[in-house]
Amino acid sequence: MDFNDTPQEAEFRAEARAWIAANAPAHLHDALASSTFGGLNTGGEDPIEVSKDWQKKKAEAGWACLMWPTEYGGRGASPIENVIWNQEEGVYGKLSSMFIIGHGMCGPTMIAYASEEQKQRYLPKLASGEEVWCQLFSEPHGGSDLAGLRTRAEKDGDEWVINGQKIWTSGAQNSDYGILITRTDPNVAKHKGLTMFFLDMRSPGVDIRPIKQVNGQSGFNEVYFDDVRIPDAQRLGAVGDGWRVSLTTLMNERMAIGGSIPTGVPELLELVQSLAKDGGSAIEDPAVRSKLADWYAKSAGLRNTASRAISALSKGDIPGPENSIGKLVAGGLMQDVAKFGMDLQGFGSVLMDPKIAEGSARFQAMLLRSPAVRIEGGTDQILRNIIGERVLGLPDDMRADKGLPFNEIPSGN
Amino acid sequence: MNFDFSEDEKLVQEQTARYLTDKCGTDAVRAVLEGNEAYSSDVWQGLADMGLMGTALPEAYGGVEAGYLTLCLVAQELGRAVAPVPFSSSIYLAAEALRMFGSETQKELWLPKLATGEVVGTVAVTEGLIEAAADNLQTTVSGGAVSGRKLAVADGGIADLAVVLARGDQGVDMVLVELSGSGVSRHAVETVDPTRDTATIVFDGASSEMLGEPGAGWTQLDRLYDRAAVLFAFEQIGGAQAALDMAVGYANERFAFGRAIGSFQGLKHMMADMYVALKLAESNCYYAAWALASDSPELPLAAATARVSAIQAYQLCSRDNIQVHGGMGFTWEFDCHLYYRRSNYQTLQLGGLSVWENKLIDALAAAA
Ligand SMILES: Cc1cc2nc3c(=O)[nH]c(=O)nc-3n(C[C@H](O)[C@H](O)[C@H](O)COP(=O)(O)OP(=O)(O)OC[C@H]3O[C@@H](n4cnc5c(N)ncnc54)[C@H](O)[C@@H]3O)c2cc1C
Repeated sequence: MDFNDTPQEAEFRAEARAWIAANAPAHLHDALASSTFGGLNTGGEDPIEVSKDWQKKKAEAGWACLMWPTEYGGRGASPIENVIWNQEEGVYGKLSSMFIIGHGMCGPTMIAYASEEQKQRYLPKLASGEEVWCQLFSEPHGGSDLAGLRTRAEKDGDEWVINGQKIWTSGAQNSDYGILITRTDPNVAKHKGLTMFFLDMRSPGVDIRPIKQVNGQSGFNEVYFDDVRIPDAQRLGAVGDGWRVSLTTLMNERMAIGGSIPTGVPELLELVQSLAKDGGSAIEDPAVRSKLADWYAKSAGLRNTASRAISALSKGDIPGPENSIGKLVAGGLMQDVAKFGMDLQGFGSVLMDPKIAEGSARFQAMLLRSPAVRIEGGTDQILRNIIGERVLGLPDDMRADKGLPFNEIPSGN
Repeated sequence: MNFDFSEDEKLVQEQTARYLTDKCGTDAVRAVLEGNEAYSSDVWQGLADMGLMGTALPEAYGGVEAGYLTLCLVAQELGRAVAPVPFSSSIYLAAEALRMFGSETQKELWLPKLATGEVVGTVAVTEGLIEAAADNLQTTVSGGAVSGRKLAVADGGIADLAVVLARGDQGVDMVLVELSGSGVSRHAVETVDPTRDTATIVFDGASSEMLGEPGAGWTQLDRLYDRAAVLFAFEQIGGAQAALDMAVGYANERFAFGRAIGSFQGLKHMMADMYVALKLAESNCYYAAWALASDSPELPLAAATARVSAIQAYQLCSRDNIQVHGGMGFTWEFDCHLYYRRSNYQTLQLGGLSVWENKLIDALAAAA
């Protein structure tokens, strides 16, 4: 066990650091650093443009999607080198948020299931940010119960015809491509009749409508499909094998978002060290100390758990369901931290104005964005089911749809 | 960077686990629980035969010098087995205090005997129903003679040697007392965890030797506790894992309403939360193990972090293991209470949760 760099890792770190120092958009540093959770601050410049610029620059120098093979736009780097890069990239890493789904989920799915020709065509542009991808999984009738989805794909010659609706699709409005899971056979059990595709988001018949979120932003969308045609060559995996393909995506999702979700704990530490309370500093208050210690231990636990997962990954282990704990812990933790950070500042902390509220209204932003962490990519309850069943080996829930063909499953509203 | 134990380290863990599974089942724990003996001398001897007490001690003093990372994994197995032996008092505390602060003569005299288990050591701090602190110690030491009462000393009834905290001329001293000598009387006390020997020790002019610097006793104790906390935390996660395993096993077998109780989300999610608490603690323990083994300046923060989350994990897992078992969980006959007792006993050794929360924040503020 050694938490220090090996000489080789130190060399890699120095190289990354030097390249970043010479190439990063330094004029955005302070703005990026004051970004709040869910609110990227690019100092008035167009966030999409600056994000794409930085991504392109990284790709040209071999610093994009580090763990992908070089022929697909990556660097062929090890998981540890990838961690080192992320540490060194620091605040500039915030410019990657619009690519997380494409790089973390769509790319690995393409690597696993697309043809060689397709990989050559799509992956380098995905890596360089030139083309943005989204994940079209959830539907009004298929969220937690993803396999309950209804969007139909029907074969017509060499093409498939898609009709239906997706919802909660993050970044669809800025995306060029998407991976799409559909139902190709409603007469078999729900997990068995699914098929995965990727498609051009500008295909005729695709209609994207942004949804306004609790925090006022519109990161996610409804996406309607009206006789959208997809070539059979863009099918990922066999017909009827979509569920298995989706597991590749979801497994990578855990790694992509697992270790990196903020908790708000460093911000809270900063706050209680500077905030006055009862004639002293808030960090001297016993109640503050007790809560902060508990939360710090949890956030450190997440960090150290992520480190262990990286070590396992370097040894060739596949990220397993135990990585579900990252999001499960971080979501609730941030919600608690946000409320406490505001509690300490009194009623004035209801103010949202970033010029007045502490830290550009960072705790307020956490308060309003954190509920989504407990839902997106698997709700807290679904994650507890996964841990209970897949990690601990407890018996499955009783399922009312067990063994039934999809079209005979009872559905509510 | 490498965030895992080595194959060699894991091998010792496996050997320890195998031995304990074989020779330290809950029947051995229960023999102590029922008061048949103060500790399991068979298990103690068995661990000694394997050389485990000397795991991290220098070869020059009769140890194996296999490192603190290995010792951490041994601790995890002792915790998993709820082993009724004075390992923590003797090795993580007494031997470590001697190694850190002892003179050459003291080390040569005691460490080899501690390493073979022939001598059992402990630390005597607590005096009353208040968290011990540098400014509330009543026990005194003057001209080497110790007088005062230590209310609760873990393994105090079976120890041969005690590291005692007492008020001297220049502040708090850490001194070494042979418990077989004159001026020492002791009696066993009943505690929430009868699987561990605990005694009240009264010193009446008992002779002692200075350990370390005069007046530096309390800061030495803090440094000692930072190291011991990591090893205690490993015992705690071992115990937490055993309690969780027990809960999962029962939930898979016990049926109610025509189905295994583990299929009810109320219980499934409770056990998922036990797992989460344990995982976080385990990962913090890994980091702390590295800080301990590498003498990192981050040790105080890493140790406090591991200790806080290990206390939480063990208390949660042992508590909710009883819940999963229903009425059976509240019987003397079922083993649930072994974990419940041990977790709460161990929580309070070295100072309880609030003490370690405070240490964590102090270390955090110092680092920031
Ligand atoms: C900000 C955000 C971004 C998102 N981005 C994307 C995206 O890019 N692509 C995409 O495909 N999806 C995306 N999603 C969708 C997300 O994955 C779903 O919202 C999520 O899986 C929950 O599904 P649902 O909304 O249908 O809720 P439901 O499944 O209807 O859940 C409602 C409640 O029922 C509970 N519940 C359901 N089933 C069970 C069960 N078996 N046991 C116990 N409780 C249960 C849930 O925990 C929840 O509390 C996003 C969501 C959010 C909030």
